[in-house]
Amino acid sequence: MPATKVHVTTTINGEPVEFLAEPRQSLLEVLRDVVQLTGSKEGCNDGNCGACTVNMDGRIVDSCLVLGVEAEGADIQTVEGIASADGLHPIQQAFLENAALQCGICTPGFLVSSKALLEKEPNPSEERIRMWLAGNLCRCTGYDKIVKAVMAAAKEMAS
Amino acid sequence: MNSIDYIRPTTVDEAVSLLAKYKEKARVLAGGTDLIVQMRGGRYQLDAVIDGKHIEELNQLTYSKENGLVIGAAVPCHKIYGDENIASAYPGIMDSATLIGGIQIQGRASLGGNLMNAAPSADAIPALIAHNAVANIVGANGTRSVPVEDICSGPGRTTLDTGEILVSISVPAPSKGFGARYIRFIPRNEMDIAVAGAGVSVQLKNGKIEAARVALSSVAPTPLFVENAGNSLVGKEPSDENIQAAANLAKEAATPITDMRGTVEFRKHLCEVLTRRALHTAVERAREEN
Repeated sequence: MPATKVHVTTTINGEPVEFLAEPRQSLLEVLRDVVQLTGSKEGCNDGNCGACTVNMDGRIVDSCLVLGVEAEGADIQTVEGIASADGLHPIQQAFLENAALQCGICTPGFLVSSKALLEKEPNPSEERIRMWLAGNLCRCTGYDKIVKAVMAAAKEMAS
Repeated sequence: MNSIDYIRPTTVDEAVSLLAKYKEKARVLAGGTDLIVQMRGGRYQLDAVIDGKHIEELNQLTYSKENGLVIGAAVPCHKIYGDENIASAYPGIMDSATLIGGIQIQGRASLGGNLMNAAPSADAIPALIAHNAVANIVGANGTRSVPVEDICSGPGRTTLDTGEILVSISVPAPSKGFGARYIRFIPRNEMDIAVAGAGVSVQLKNGKIEAARVALSSVAPTPLFVENAGNSLVGKEPSDENIQAAANLAKEAATPITDMRGTVEFRKHLCEVLTRRALHTAVERAREEN
């Protein structure tokens, strides 16, 4: 059966976007292969690793567990929308300064997740950060530098 | 994944018509955190995915002290634990909603989906059973309401007929002296599948247990309602000995398998420990409510 594509109108990083997607395609596949936003990464493709985390209507979700056609009318923010024309977001800067990444595959997901946390809770405890980031896996850093980076970003954003 | 139709009905009737048309070649989509993975893995060869998230009844979340709680089948976990009134009135359901997956999963996954996925390890189901929850189901032949403990019939299988849809879950309003708890054992602190879990509730009156319910996860082909464990406590004081006796009944009822997560012996042991601990916490919570 030939695939019938569905026309989807959505908002990505504040910009109106239209795309054609097959219903079977995940939001992650659409972002990477159709919209050409390759910042979101495919790690496990089953909701364990969080490398594909995006913000959808104010909640972080694994974009591999969302159908692209579900993005109709949604407001989506990806890692590409975090930096501004003025430069890196304080969370990105903190990840660099604290060496919170090595291979970098998990980093877009960690940035999107951390940003959502700090927007909701500007001064989270270390335990809260670790629990919030439980849905993001990193096999390089051992997490400590990531947690320290998020705490540093919280401090910077509060000042 | 093969090519599929994606359909977005806005009424229950429309969804029922679609299910009648596609029969077993369609599944209802809520959060997709199980369904999309299973479709990708080839468990189903579907012709259609019917998105339930645009149907008002599947999105309802209402609570009152008089009428209790109604959770639409597609309501994500975060909306449930984000409501302070619901969180304090339904502590066992709250335990489940806050430990299913991580934050990303809780942003999408629904308790209705957890029930329809019918995994033996489903974290929400023992808590729903403990809270006396009832599933509201609609099909071509009308509406029926079924206690949650009668929904799962095997791993990934339910007692819903082809063409029926879970619309919502109703949970009675807890009375004064009610307490509930869901706990599970996993080798890490979060984001894992239960090796075993226990969802329990107690209703205290004048220092004695008037009613109690015990349900287990991951130790049988379905989430397991252990009716005799709860009943053993009725009319008794919530003493260590009585709670231990109920925990022993839970252990006896469990029929787990040995797999990568744990052995039969370990899982049976966990049933006893988790049921005992959960009952103690439920009693503490019930007393706080007094």
